[in-house]
Amino acid sequence: MKTIKFLLQKEFKQIFRNKAILVLIMVMPIVQLIILPLAADYEVKNINLSVVDQDHSPYSRQLISTITASGYFRLQGYHPSIQEAYPLIEQDKSDLILEIPQGFERNLIREGKQQLYIAVNAINGTKAGLGGAYLTRIIRDYNQDVRMEWIPPTRFQASPAIEIVSSNRFNPLLNYQFFMVPGILAILLTMVGGFLSALNIVKEKEIGTIEQINVTPIKKHHFILGKLIPFWVLGNVVFTLGLLVSWLVYGIFLQGNLLAMYCFIWVFLFAILGFGLLISTYTDTQQQAMFIMFFFMMVFILMGGLFTTIESMPGWAKMISRLNPVSYLITVMRMIILKGSGWIDILPHMGIMLLFSGILNGWAIWNYRKTS
Amino acid sequence: MVEHSASGAGSSKKSLNMIAVNHISKTYNGGAVKAVNDVSFTVDRGELFGLIGPDGAGKSSIFRMLTTLLLPDSGTATVNGYNIVTNYQQIRSSVGYMPGRFSLYQDLSIEENLHFFATLFNTTVEENYHLIADIYVQIAPFKKRRAGKLSGGMKQKLALCCALIHKPTVLFLDEPTTGVDPVSRKEFWEMLGRLKRQGITIVVSTPYMDEASLCDRIALIQQGKILSVDTPQQIIAAYPDQLYAVKAADMLRLVQILPTFRPSVNSYLFGEYIHVDALDINGDGLKDDLIRFLDAEGFKGIEVIPISPTIEDCFIKMLTS
Repeated sequence: MKTIKFLLQKEFKQIFRNKAILVLIMVMPIVQLIILPLAADYEVKNINLSVVDQDHSPYSRQLISTITASGYFRLQGYHPSIQEAYPLIEQDKSDLILEIPQGFERNLIREGKQQLYIAVNAINGTKAGLGGAYLTRIIRDYNQDVRMEWIPPTRFQASPAIEIVSSNRFNPLLNYQFFMVPGILAILLTMVGGFLSALNIVKEKEIGTIEQINVTPIKKHHFILGKLIPFWVLGNVVFTLGLLVSWLVYGIFLQGNLLAMYCFIWVFLFAILGFGLLISTYTDTQQQAMFIMFFFMMVFILMGGLFTTIESMPGWAKMISRLNPVSYLITVMRMIILKGSGWIDILPHMGIMLLFSGILNGWAIWNYRKTS
Repeated sequence: MVEHSASGAGSSKKSLNMIAVNHISKTYNGGAVKAVNDVSFTVDRGELFGLIGPDGAGKSSIFRMLTTLLLPDSGTATVNGYNIVTNYQQIRSSVGYMPGRFSLYQDLSIEENLHFFATLFNTTVEENYHLIADIYVQIAPFKKRRAGKLSGGMKQKLALCCALIHKPTVLFLDEPTTGVDPVSRKEFWEMLGRLKRQGITIVVSTPYMDEASLCDRIALIQQGKILSVDTPQQIIAAYPDQLYAVKAADMLRLVQILPTFRPSVNSYLFGEYIHVDALDINGDGLKDDLIRFLDAEGFKGIEVIPISPTIEDCFIKMLTS
């Protein structure tokens, strides 16, 4: 115990003397949590819409004003024909073209139906998909209004129509920030823990201090624990700061059990720190460790379920993400913070995370050799 | 049988040799580089033993094997009676090692480094302060300063203090004076002398031949092989031939002309003189011959002085023969 105490004292002294790192650890999470969720917006706005109105009737004007009033679209301009509007999509100046054919109003009233043409620029998949969907929905609503005007209420009631009313549970306003903030916090925690621990032992190798440590009778697990605990404490500080920021800035308050959340974070930190240490036992320079860690970080983040849902990945990718500790963290954080889950709900995740931390740390201790 | 096992257990304590190295070898890059090639030597208790050899001779590899940081490919060695492979734990708590590169924590102060290493060895600075006292007082005024901000000489003293703080029975110093100024080098060797008087066995490596004469015994190493192990005096006494120091006004031409004097004569620049090894020829005759030869070649200010060889001369002799 005395040895551990001294190792910890030494590590903390070194951390507190490295002012640049300390500032980064404290400031980076706060700044990123404030900036990233505001910028990484899932909602698609400012879709450039070109209109080819060949009807110029009250109905067509009403439709266009309904569309522009929705707030999603920015009217790029009117064009006499589709041939003239089409190059705009090619030049990326327009995302959507809406063509209203001649006789729109007349045919709609007389024949009871009319066709509209929409061309979507699908270079940006999300924008194309959502833009097309928004436009279709607005036109459908507009159609309802037109029907209300022309068909007597009694007859309208009789016609069978399915109306869908959805209610968004746990995030009633579909505020994407509720979705992003816990995810970004999870990634920050992973980065701070993973990188700091990966670089630490390698640094001792690079400077040569590890030689001097290795000739002492110090136990392997003492040495590794002495490296783990300081970063574990720092990870907790970062997480607490992150929770405060998401509460103060975004008004996201933990719905579930706070202690359960922290317990999971404690186990997760051990796992990710163990992973960092494992990398540092396999590498000889900080550069190597940095690159390998970066590779895994990319996989962890992109396959962690923050930007794309794991459920929609192909089977092999689902298997990989099952080995990704970050995906469990993101899931559990969303469960506890948004859904208000408790101990029992996160128990399976907790078990897997315990397994992760046991294996990764055991492996790191086993692979840390004092003799070459 | 009982007697045998008893003597086996006791031998680790009573063995006369502090270090016994038995035919150890170490190769790198899958056998391509033979760093240490079948090396054997012993170091007595309380001895100041020097490993002398140029850079890349394998000195550091031998040190790293003896301090249990590197496993030998073949051969065995014991330190204080403990096998370097099977009893590495006992060795780690009983030896002090100062690597060739300064490897203490640069961001910790003198004091903190010392306390840290004392704790790792389950001891305290106070307990063994007497061992380091006369070294530590020299750096004590700067004890709050970070190790990274110390001068080379002070770093060296701090590293020595840290290697001594757990009262080791053997001290391994890997090129402690490389890159240190001549005054500090002299001081350092005086410190080693004092440590030796306290009964600590010291193994030191150095590329500087002039430091060899300060050791009790030395091993001359070249390309992983030991050329000779003896006291510096014996090695010098074993030099077979008469050596001359030759000097003339035009040294540059002298260097070029000497090899044409006689094929059996070996000559090389040594400081401001050229050392000429007479090999098999009778000493006095060579001196007169040489003066006549150089006169005939038109050299001015000729000096030919018979000298006794230094360790470096012995080393060169061993390499050329």
